[in-house]
Amino acid sequence: MLILNCPYCGVDAEETELAAGGEAHLKRFGPGSSDDEFHDYLFMRENPKGVHFERWRHANGCGKWFHAARCTNTLEVFGTYTAQTSEPPQDIKDAIAAKRPGWTWREFS
Amino acid sequence: MSTRLAKQGRLIDRSKKVTFTFNGTSMQGYEGDTLASALLANDQMMVGRSFKYHRPRGVVASGAEEPNALVGLGQGNRFEPNQRATTTELFNGLTAISQNHWPSLEHDIGAVNTAFARFLPAGFYYKTFIHPKPFWKHVYEPFIRQSAGLGKAPDKDSRDADTYEHFYAFTDVLVIGGGVAGLQAAKAAAASGAKVLLIEQSAYWGGRAPVDGGTVNDEPVDKFVEQLVSELETMDNVSMRSRCMGAGVYDHGYVLGYERLTDHTPGVQGPRHRLWRIRAKQIVTATGAIERPLSFAGNDVPGVMLASAMRDYAVNWGVNPGERVIVATNNDDAYRTAITLKQAGVDVLRIVDARATAGPLAEEARQLGIRVDPGKAIAKVKGGKRVKKVAICNQEGVGGAREEVEADAVAMSGGWSPVVHMWSHCGGKLTWDDANAFFRPDPSRPPLGANGEGFVLAAGASNGALVLGDVLTDAHAVGKAAAKAAGFKPKNIKAPVGETTAEAPMEAVWLMPANAEIQLRMKSWLDFQNDVKVSDVQLAAREGYESVEHTKRYTTLGMATDQGKLSNINGLAILADALESEIPKVGTTTFRPPYTPISMGAIGGEARGEVFQPIRQTPMHNWHDRNGADWEPVGHWRRTYAYVRPGESVHDAVNREVKNTRDNLGLLDASTLGKLIVKGPDAGKFLDIMYTNMMSTLIVGKCRYGLMCSENGFLIDDGVVARIDKDTWLCHTTTGGAERIHGHMEEWLQTEWWDWKVYVANVTEQYAQVAVVGPNARKVLEKLNAQAGGGMDLSKEALPFMEWRDGKIGEFDARAYRISFSGELSYEIAVPASQGQAFWDALFEAGQEFGVMPYGTECLHILRAEKGFIMIGDETDGTVIPQDLGLHWALSKKKEDYLGKRAHSRSHMADPERWKLVGLETVDGSVLPDGAYAVGEGVNANGQRNMIGRVTSTYFSANLGKGIAMGLIKHGPDRMGEIVEFPGTDGKTYKAKIVDPIFFDKDGEKQNV
Repeated sequence: MLILNCPYCGVDAEETELAAGGEAHLKRFGPGSSDDEFHDYLFMRENPKGVHFERWRHANGCGKWFHAARCTNTLEVFGTYTAQTSEPPQDIKDAIAAKRPGWTWREFS
Repeated sequence: MSTRLAKQGRLIDRSKKVTFTFNGTSMQGYEGDTLASALLANDQMMVGRSFKYHRPRGVVASGAEEPNALVGLGQGNRFEPNQRATTTELFNGLTAISQNHWPSLEHDIGAVNTAFARFLPAGFYYKTFIHPKPFWKHVYEPFIRQSAGLGKAPDKDSRDADTYEHFYAFTDVLVIGGGVAGLQAAKAAAASGAKVLLIEQSAYWGGRAPVDGGTVNDEPVDKFVEQLVSELETMDNVSMRSRCMGAGVYDHGYVLGYERLTDHTPGVQGPRHRLWRIRAKQIVTATGAIERPLSFAGNDVPGVMLASAMRDYAVNWGVNPGERVIVATNNDDAYRTAITLKQAGVDVLRIVDARATAGPLAEEARQLGIRVDPGKAIAKVKGGKRVKKVAICNQEGVGGAREEVEADAVAMSGGWSPVVHMWSHCGGKLTWDDANAFFRPDPSRPPLGANGEGFVLAAGASNGALVLGDVLTDAHAVGKAAAKAAGFKPKNIKAPVGETTAEAPMEAVWLMPANAEIQLRMKSWLDFQNDVKVSDVQLAAREGYESVEHTKRYTTLGMATDQGKLSNINGLAILADALESEIPKVGTTTFRPPYTPISMGAIGGEARGEVFQPIRQTPMHNWHDRNGADWEPVGHWRRTYAYVRPGESVHDAVNREVKNTRDNLGLLDASTLGKLIVKGPDAGKFLDIMYTNMMSTLIVGKCRYGLMCSENGFLIDDGVVARIDKDTWLCHTTTGGAERIHGHMEEWLQTEWWDWKVYVANVTEQYAQVAVVGPNARKVLEKLNAQAGGGMDLSKEALPFMEWRDGKIGEFDARAYRISFSGELSYEIAVPASQGQAFWDALFEAGQEFGVMPYGTECLHILRAEKGFIMIGDETDGTVIPQDLGLHWALSKKKEDYLGKRAHSRSHMADPERWKLVGLETVDGSVLPDGAYAVGEGVNANGQRNMIGRVTSTYFSANLGKGIAMGLIKHGPDRMGEIVEFPGTDGKTYKAKIVDPIFFDKDGEKQNV
């Protein structure tokens, strides 16, 4: 049972308060996109053993969506941050790089 | 025979006798006894039968690790199978029955299996129950079901008579285990000021240290325990719970504790079990160690016991497990059992030590007159229902040249295994300790918390420290380390000094004798409960099983209710040997919570009966209930299916409501319909994305029916949208969809179009909504206005179809929507929830002269089906797109984008072969079975008839006097008038004609008045 800090209301929320929403930072492809682009957007997801970015909703709390940077292997949480961004903020990237030397954004390991 | 000793028994009170029954026989024990110690005191050596071979089984252990002594406890609503006698505290009136035998424990037909044991080896089921296929249903399955399970399931009509609860706790340091290590770790941690919670599964503190003896700070260890407990009890930052087992360790410091509050005092008020849901910054596992059996032939005969257990029974409960005892060992600790028993007056015949040399305890034993045989082994224990003779041979060799000794009990010790379960549950790794032949926690690879640091520390015996002095030093250091890791400054106090007796090293002995011949290996048990023997694991290895996880499942080793607490390491060693590999390379199976089974009642807690799930009620709920409501669950709501009058069947009631609503006047409580307010400068733009149709162009005062699709194009909801003002829309959703669609909108607003200025609020419960339906709908509302002397104009001209108005209707603040889900003249009127019941009452009273009747959801369904209106959840199932339902008109061609638009152009979505909505009418007027499939020409690859469609809604229409249905049929709209076949589950084949889905008033004349 994970504990994630909700960056909106500041609560350290346990998993029963949260709803998982899959991979974060997907780029939406709508009308005008190719079949392959749309297919990948709908169905293809990263499944790393290691650093991952996820969408969570504080469903039984303030109701806000946020993002979490997490290690799927050790369950270490590098940080949570706003969902209103298309890529992780610098402090989150720095926190990950400090703990996982050699890690770079968008290279899943 | 096993009897009560004249003296000893530190946990029993001989002045308080306790009466209980076992298999109907009345027996006596003392307060402080466990059921196991009391049974042994009554010479009940045999307590059950094993799972597969129905072999006689006796008590082998003294605690949670017990695999054999499982009984059915209690009676009636309090009966529970598979309860461990070793952890069941005795009380007056306890009733226990033994398990897995017929007709009786003493005489069991199933025991014939043991004679066929060589034909029932590992994987017997996998090898046997394969062919022929038809045998599965009528021969194999009944046979397997009959032989499955150990205890009897409680009667299916009984209901648990006890109550249970959940309890949330937060602590800095949680110490699991209240032995000397746990107590000392708790003290060392608490000295820092950290909040400490200490839980212990048994009823008493100190673990097995008081039995094993020794001194701490030159005082007897039991005195030390007493002092430590009273010291901890006075500390404000320490909480202690006995009878509270650490059941499992989970992510980020989450722990489940299982407290048994009244198992030992039935009838006392209050919950029986309490599930502790604990969050700890740091966890110390001080869970001790479990002794391993030795694998020799006949090690399962009642009377063969773990050496430590035999010592426990003597010291703790004053029970002598036999009169002539043989001790078999590979380590020094078992000598303590021999010495303890000898000092209690038991005849200890000899100590069979597989090793060549033993430590100083051997000398002590010899001085007491006990014969010590180094380098020897037990070749075989003879006896059926209890030990009769023991054959002794050399440890080296195959087990020949035996000497037989008459004995009635055997104490065995194969060394100790730290209880690493709590360490391992959440990913802590183990390391193999060659000197002690056990796995212990690897401190460099602990389970990791949210910060990436370890959050579990092991202390004492569970950390691999077996000698009292080492245990205390380790526990003290670990307690301090835990406090520090939790953010506290540990106090620099000295660790207590425990006695450290010199012991000779143990020697790993995985089989006795070392090269035992097959006849012996076939009788050398590894898993006592599931009947897995040395020969079974060796067979699995020969058949190619290399992974320990596969071998476990193939042989069922460690899969019984004890989860292999005694058998896993021994089995692993046999497997490693058979694979010519090493134990650490073969590895362990996965340790999974709970540590021992916990009750379903505790897991459920308070959530049962009425409080299992909250029920949502509309403001008019109680009126419906008083007026014959036949309830139907819709989401968390209860809605009226039909209002049944005295003497009517539900079916009659539905037919009456259907006719009356079309002929006169019907009232529907529509309060449960979802109502979402979408407001803001960008609300129109947002709704254009959410709905397939255009909502931004809707004129204030008007309504529009809208469809919602998911991003991959499937229909997810529908409903009428009303534009309230320039920036505000009110979106109706389905009853079950309100929260889901609210969440759906929020998700897109917050995560994709976060810069759009829109708010969404779910106001479903703020309004009571009543559908006033039928030819007399306008009349009743106008009567209310007339009575009040005013109100909104409800005429066709002032409030046309698909428009809405705010104003007064009678005395009520109303918003009237001129919308119709029935095809009748219809107003859906929303009033503040607080006025709902009064409004309903007023309508009902005023409507008497117009033939008013309330109607329920089934009538609503029939009315909408007569009109060919689709219902989300009936016509849709998550795979249906608007085009399947002929709803092309609701898909905007002007909009560049909306959720689902891109998906609708994927090849499969545009496929002309998709099943399409049509109406269906049986040729004989009967009602089609719901969900029936239509079959077409030919068969598929599995030899089944090809399916070409299915029924989505089917009803009897009282207005039309026949069955009507809707369905999705391949090429359906092009096949009007054709007959399609629907095989029913009743064996009949139903024939139906494909027709237009609008069965009633095709031109909509009735609603347009």
